[in-house]
Amino acid sequence: MKITYDWLKDHLKTNAKEDKLLEKLTDIGLEVESIENLSEGLDLFKIAKIIKTEKHPNADRLKVCDVDIGDKEIKKVVCGAANAREGLLTVYAPPDAIIPKNKTKLVVAKIRDVTSYGMLCSESELNLSDESDGIIELPSTKYAKKKGKSFFSKANFNQIDLSITPNRPDCLGIRGIARDLSAAGFGNLKSVKDKKINSKKKQTLKVKITKENNQGCLSFGSCLITNLKNIESPKWLKDKLISIGQKPISAIVDITNYVMIDINRPLHAYDADKIEKGIIVRNSKSGEEFTALDNKNYKLDNGMCVISDAKGVLGLGGIIGGTRSGTELDTKNILLESAYFEPRSIRKTAKKLNIDTDAKFRFERGIDQLSIEEGLNKAANLIKEICGGEISKIDIQKIESYKNKTIKFEPKTFEKITGFKISTKEMINILDNLGFKLKKEKKFFKLSVPSWRPDIMQEIDIVEELVRITGYEKIKIENPIKDRTKNTLNQIQKLFHFIQRSIASKGYLEAITWSFADAKYNDHFKESNKEIKIVNPISSELGVLRNSIFSNLTMYMSKNLDRGIKDLSIFEIGPIFYGSQPGEQNTVVCGLSAGKKSRLSWLEKERNVDVFDVKRDVIQTLVEAGNDSEKFYIDHKSPDYYHPGKSGRIFLNKGKDEVAAYFGEIHPNIIKTLDIKTESLVGFEIFLDNLKLTKKSLKDQKTKYSVSDFQKSERDFAFIVDKKISAQDLVSVISNIDKNLISNIKVFDVYEGNNIPENQKSVAISVTIQSSEKTLKDNDLEKINNLIIETVEKKTGAKIRS
Amino acid sequence: MSDIKNIKDKFISKLKNDLSIDEINEIKTELFGKNGLISLKFKTIGSIPEVDRKKFASNLNQVKDELQNLITFKINEIEGKKINEKLEKEKIDITLPERPFVRGKIHPVSQTIDEISSIFSEIGFSIEEGPDVENEYNNFTALNTPDNHPARDMHDTFYLDENKDVLLRTHTSPVQIRTMLKDKPPFKIIAPGRTYRSDSDQTHSPMFHQVEGLHIDTNINMGHLKGCLNYFIKEFFEIEKIKMRFRPSHFPFTEPSAEVDIGYEIKDGKIIIGEGNQWLEILGCGMVHPNVLKNVKVDHLKYQGYAFGIGIDRLAMLKYGINDLRAFFDCDYRWLNHFGFDPLDVPSNYRGLSR
Repeated sequence: MKITYDWLKDHLKTNAKEDKLLEKLTDIGLEVESIENLSEGLDLFKIAKIIKTEKHPNADRLKVCDVDIGDKEIKKVVCGAANAREGLLTVYAPPDAIIPKNKTKLVVAKIRDVTSYGMLCSESELNLSDESDGIIELPSTKYAKKKGKSFFSKANFNQIDLSITPNRPDCLGIRGIARDLSAAGFGNLKSVKDKKINSKKKQTLKVKITKENNQGCLSFGSCLITNLKNIESPKWLKDKLISIGQKPISAIVDITNYVMIDINRPLHAYDADKIEKGIIVRNSKSGEEFTALDNKNYKLDNGMCVISDAKGVLGLGGIIGGTRSGTELDTKNILLESAYFEPRSIRKTAKKLNIDTDAKFRFERGIDQLSIEEGLNKAANLIKEICGGEISKIDIQKIESYKNKTIKFEPKTFEKITGFKISTKEMINILDNLGFKLKKEKKFFKLSVPSWRPDIMQEIDIVEELVRITGYEKIKIENPIKDRTKNTLNQIQKLFHFIQRSIASKGYLEAITWSFADAKYNDHFKESNKEIKIVNPISSELGVLRNSIFSNLTMYMSKNLDRGIKDLSIFEIGPIFYGSQPGEQNTVVCGLSAGKKSRLSWLEKERNVDVFDVKRDVIQTLVEAGNDSEKFYIDHKSPDYYHPGKSGRIFLNKGKDEVAAYFGEIHPNIIKTLDIKTESLVGFEIFLDNLKLTKKSLKDQKTKYSVSDFQKSERDFAFIVDKKISAQDLVSVISNIDKNLISNIKVFDVYEGNNIPENQKSVAISVTIQSSEKTLKDNDLEKINNLIIETVEKKTGAKIRS
Repeated sequence: MSDIKNIKDKFISKLKNDLSIDEINEIKTELFGKNGLISLKFKTIGSIPEVDRKKFASNLNQVKDELQNLITFKINEIEGKKINEKLEKEKIDITLPERPFVRGKIHPVSQTIDEISSIFSEIGFSIEEGPDVENEYNNFTALNTPDNHPARDMHDTFYLDENKDVLLRTHTSPVQIRTMLKDKPPFKIIAPGRTYRSDSDQTHSPMFHQVEGLHIDTNINMGHLKGCLNYFIKEFFEIEKIKMRFRPSHFPFTEPSAEVDIGYEIKDGKIIIGEGNQWLEILGCGMVHPNVLKNVKVDHLKYQGYAFGIGIDRLAMLKYGINDLRAFFDCDYRWLNHFGFDPLDVPSNYRGLSR
């Protein structure tokens, strides 16, 4: 909502400085968003006379004009306007002037080799109207003697842009703002002295509001003004509208706009001669059409509130009028409408048709139901004053009469909510100034809510009014007490934070990417999940909710590789979605590692990052998070976006409840399709929701400390075994032989090829044997040695290599 | 007697020469071998008259020790020299690069969430979470924002179905609803998380982060709200004094509502928080609307309290001097490296929020 202090002073008696006003506005909740000095530099625009025009030597359509701006020196200006002619009075803008319309700064410029000192302006360039055809023509009667004077009057004003919250429609009018200010002790609200329409002429156009379900119009006031002459608005009115950034159009339109801004009372003027046999306010029928004043054709649904006549729809009530009954400069007779439309109905229709107008904005927030007559009086009198004509009596049709809301308010509620006290006298004063009617009862006030405050519904709203006007700075600070009765984080949240930092500590950069993804990427990673489309995405590249974090990480990894980094690890911890209902999401830690290890190292041979790098990161993280790696179970099954041979999944135990993690090389086809330029790309996903939460706290997790100091011995075995037998199987068989004696098992070599039969491999395993009770003798060791060979051979079909 | 002294003098002078290990070993044999000069002398001890024997033996032992020590010293000297020569040859260029290491980093938003959690933990808040996909009821209606409410326009909502029943939450406030429906008052929670609005330009990202706060008890008033936020902002920006302004505003789910601005100034192109004449809006808050309490079946005559919502990304930008919101989610490794935090820098109460 744009205002000026000047306009505010039409309603407010005050001598305070503008900076005090700005402070007060923000203090009472009418936030000053910006201030702009519009008149700055406007004094540069001079009334000027063209004394000579010549054709431009190098351009047919241009003229070189000699312009008299009252100085001795005549200015040479190149001008393209057809109406530029000798003797014309117009507006001249010198170099350095800023054109109001497009805010560009003029410079001395050569136009096709002729230097132009400044410019002659059109009405549109001066923001006076939309007229851009030719330069402005000033009537000589009024301007002949003003040559060289500033065209714009000298008011030095600031345009103040307020951010009015949706609950305050009353402050969409200057008067409402003035009322709030006066209640807060900033100036005094002037009383209104609007003339009432005093006419004996009947309003002869019949208006009818049909009674039907969900009728959006509750009352419709109107009057006819006949035999008027719609002209250009007088300067004071144009200046007023320009001062808040509106464009003057014609007197009738300008006056309705002026009244709307002044008291937040939207009006609509119809060309009465274009209305067929009276007005019917009714619900639309599906398929009805009309062309609105924005020159768009709208097709209506059932049940939209329309103003119509015998021929059909004239306009959408409270939203936009139609071209068929629009006023023009030659309009003679008008019907002026001042109505009340229900916010709900307005909003529904405007949303469906996607129309946003000033009237709609105001009606959907709630217009003062009792301002119908005031609006008509104010506007009709102004029209008569400016355009002449005769005003009829006011006709008001309504299907429901308005009753002020009443609220019971207990003064002690104020302190209960705000924590501080104000006297009842102060309360009464504030409420009175805001327009409440107040009746004091024993323990409470009975308040009648002013008709312009649809936002006030209950006691708490009264508290807000009082504390807002009193000032939030009066609220006393109650310092918080440092006391904790509940854990800050629960087990899942602790795990989240732990794993996040655990992964980062392994050299991964944490990324946060959007929860939505490009379907093109997501397709590769969604597996059998259904695609979850966003109905109204920002762009098609962000059209679906991600089924996997890889959908985003692969794209960003690729972008980073393109930036020239070769070796990089990134990860994200966040949601993935498997359905479109609330809660159909999982928390996943997903990492991606690209490139080589020891690239360009003088110490070591470089190698590609591989599946065992990510496997280490995952296993280490799971172990750090409190899981026992000896219980882990790993197999080959993994989603299709991994390399089928070089990937796997991890279960926290052999029971295979839920997959704790996947890891592996990303499928080469995907790397190729997505054009990811790297030597190697490996990744992992840890599913937080599938990890077991440790029920014990750290202090309970530590078991009794016991170690063995008896001698340990290491024995190495090499088994030749079928390729299908996994290292995990071999280790598992050995570890089950004697848990008391076998303390550690390590696979230290795997070999296939020469000397090994086809489809078989040689696996070398080192087993540590140690007793917690005694030093083992040679024959004890021999016994366990043989038992290991015997058992492995029996259970896996392996042969010990001799 | 003089014989022993002669041996001593002769060999001491011999050992003073520059000798090789072999030569020293020869001398050693010459003295202490089976038929070495000193060994032979020891064999004569028995034949020395009783009177002189003690003195003779003591004298002989003394010479033996002296010569032996000298030999050991000589050997050590030569061997030490040899080792030193060998080590000298093994010298490497120690300025060559170490084995490579990689540093992981924590995203500034994650770090900021941890900082926020740490601060609120101290004054008794616990952390709640809610899903990113919400139903229309929790996101709007329960929060006193019915379908025809113009405040809905301020939230450009992403919808997941044509009926607009399911959506991506536009704020963290639905966690208030979930929390109050799930448990019984009093409530004292914060809820950080992802939020979504279909807005995208220099200063808006379709996804951003908020932290919701809710404190409901029998006696919580606007003074507590002011105190809580005053404490939070001071702690978060790690400054002693903060210029802060509460001004009236409007949110459908709080009444009265406020927006909070903090003072700032620009010094040498850097933003200084807490002083200066400029105001920066950083959060919205208010007393939870009785209609909201009714919707979640909390007795609004018995219980009251406040709620607030803070933009986390905005806070991170202010605290760490980050200019561009869009960069948060662009995943550029240079940016992540520059603005990210070491995983060991866990914000906590006892060691402070940041280094």
